[in-house]
Amino acid sequence: MLKDEDRIFQNLYNDSGADIESAKLRNDWSGTKEILEKGREWIINEVKSSELRGRGGAGFPTGLKWSFAPKEVGSRPHYLVINADESEPGTCKDRDIIRFEPHKLIEGCLIASYAVNAHKCYIYIRGEYFNEGQKLQTAIDEAYKNNLIGKNALNSGWDLDIYIHYGAGAYICGEETALLESLEGKKGQPRLKPPFPALIGLYGCPTIINNVETVAAVPTILRRGAKWFSSLGRPKNTGTKIYCISGNVNNPCNVEEEMGIPLKELIETHAGGVVGGWENLKAVIPGGSSMPMLPKEICDNMKMDFDACVEHNTGLGTAGIVVINKDQDIIKCMARIARFYKHESCGQCTPCREGSGWMWRMLERMAAGEATPEEVDMLFDVTKQIEGHTICAFGEGSSWPVQGLIRHFKDEILERNKFDPVVKKKKNIPYLVDQHLLEKENA
Amino acid sequence: MSLKKIHKEQPETFEFNNKNMEAANKIVSNYPNGKQQSAVMALLYIAQRQNDNWIPLQAMKYIAKFLDMPYIKVYEVATFYSMYNLSPVGKYFFQVCTTTPCMLRGAYDLVKVCKKKISEKENELSENGKISWMEVECLGACVNAPMMQVNEDYYEDLNDKKLEEIIETIYQNKTPKPGSYSGRINAEPVNNRKTLLGNKNA
Repeated sequence: MLKDEDRIFQNLYNDSGADIESAKLRNDWSGTKEILEKGREWIINEVKSSELRGRGGAGFPTGLKWSFAPKEVGSRPHYLVINADESEPGTCKDRDIIRFEPHKLIEGCLIASYAVNAHKCYIYIRGEYFNEGQKLQTAIDEAYKNNLIGKNALNSGWDLDIYIHYGAGAYICGEETALLESLEGKKGQPRLKPPFPALIGLYGCPTIINNVETVAAVPTILRRGAKWFSSLGRPKNTGTKIYCISGNVNNPCNVEEEMGIPLKELIETHAGGVVGGWENLKAVIPGGSSMPMLPKEICDNMKMDFDACVEHNTGLGTAGIVVINKDQDIIKCMARIARFYKHESCGQCTPCREGSGWMWRMLERMAAGEATPEEVDMLFDVTKQIEGHTICAFGEGSSWPVQGLIRHFKDEILERNKFDPVVKKKKNIPYLVDQHLLEKENA
Repeated sequence: MSLKKIHKEQPETFEFNNKNMEAANKIVSNYPNGKQQSAVMALLYIAQRQNDNWIPLQAMKYIAKFLDMPYIKVYEVATFYSMYNLSPVGKYFFQVCTTTPCMLRGAYDLVKVCKKKISEKENELSENGKISWMEVECLGACVNAPMMQVNEDYYEDLNDKKLEEIIETIYQNKTPKPGSYSGRINAEPVNNRKTLLGNKNA
């Protein structure tokens, strides 16, 4: 288990308050000016050598991302945007950072904006987190009052303004270019890449977008040194991470742990074990709903970091671990996730808009045992038609979990679905009827 | 995105009151000159709060003029995002999360209670007109599942009995207390905390 002193988010459970005095006792804002004085190059190199990878799901190296920002500010100003639109089912880490460690985030914003030459920072927070946003605003006001941000922040000669922008309940706005569209006051529909936001982003200006947890971890990394951070975990998967363990466990919780901790240890030690014991485990979704689930055999010896997850055809994503035990209907669980994606598809690309609903309807029928055995392969084919054929990664996000289900639990689906329309010709065949007409009689 | 019904009876006019006008101007000033369109989401939300938690068409027209942008763009935004209500909801607007992490811990029991004690169908007012409810997608409090949002507050670690109590409290003209209903503190593991104990006991 990680030592307490190596945990970055000391106030994860709000033991000591989120205000600035308590935050300073936790070492926030200490030596920030000295860090800035070491210069841009040093900050970016230090973050690079710490091997910090983005905590928002994709795991892109943060230092590398920052180095993509143009070195000199041209005619267009630079922007820093913080992605706090946390909506991935199974994930609730950013909420606790915003509520209880807002000063880590604000300090991170100052350092990051200095590193990428931005004088304005927007924090895009999901609209449902209204109370959390108010708490963050209080912290921002405190920071302004103490000259930690604002004009000539910390007497370092750097100006920084931080604004909060509330979303309004759209999962897709967590995708970085959709977030920019939304920030510009439009529908949240992703943009084509390239051009990448680092060159053409918000209002057509160079923009760096980072997740809350990434930015909030930066001040501690720079204070304690890249060496400390990279000594945790293993190469390319360094540091600590907040894991959110939810679902059928005895004590669902958020906990900060070292990267690469075994999944079993995480669940047994911190979350009090699976309901009904480890043997009662059916499957685990390791990284938020858009990552493929894993059956118990793999979970037994699974390590939780980016590369270990990829080895098992899944991903660490946001480290939102959803535990499903044998008392649950696994097909129904996946049908509900498919419904989530059907609801949240922005409707821009046809494969995703139509395919997400298609997958949901097929899975609902499979959960009810109304599909034919051939349809399982057809469903897999549908997921392959969506994946890679959309503007943003939502296509992958919606089709991977279904692929995971079919990969690991195909037998179970086949066993339940033996419907044969040829033999039972006279029977009402559900899949030949438009689903939305089903409620009406004689459809 | 979800289906949105525009309410049939629309008010004739809409205008920000003084306090909201001030708030709106402050929000517009957060964005660069000429980029005032960015404020549309916040302004729609202000309009929604001023107008009993729903947005009439007149408000969209008003905001379009306010921000000097085409009405259809405001309409697009208002219909795209799920948090904007385009027809009236109850004074207490229950949004029950039923996405998988909540579902695993019994969110559909909460839905049953809502059906029984509030209204048979979603988005319909209860008999006394105080509450309406709907199923929503993940609200981002998965370790505190099952949970729901009432207006701006989160109610966490619920079960059917606790939800019935909350509804009864509202029917008795009192406001129920937000937060966790299992007595736990935030997102810590109940009775099983092994980390940061030094801070807890400090």
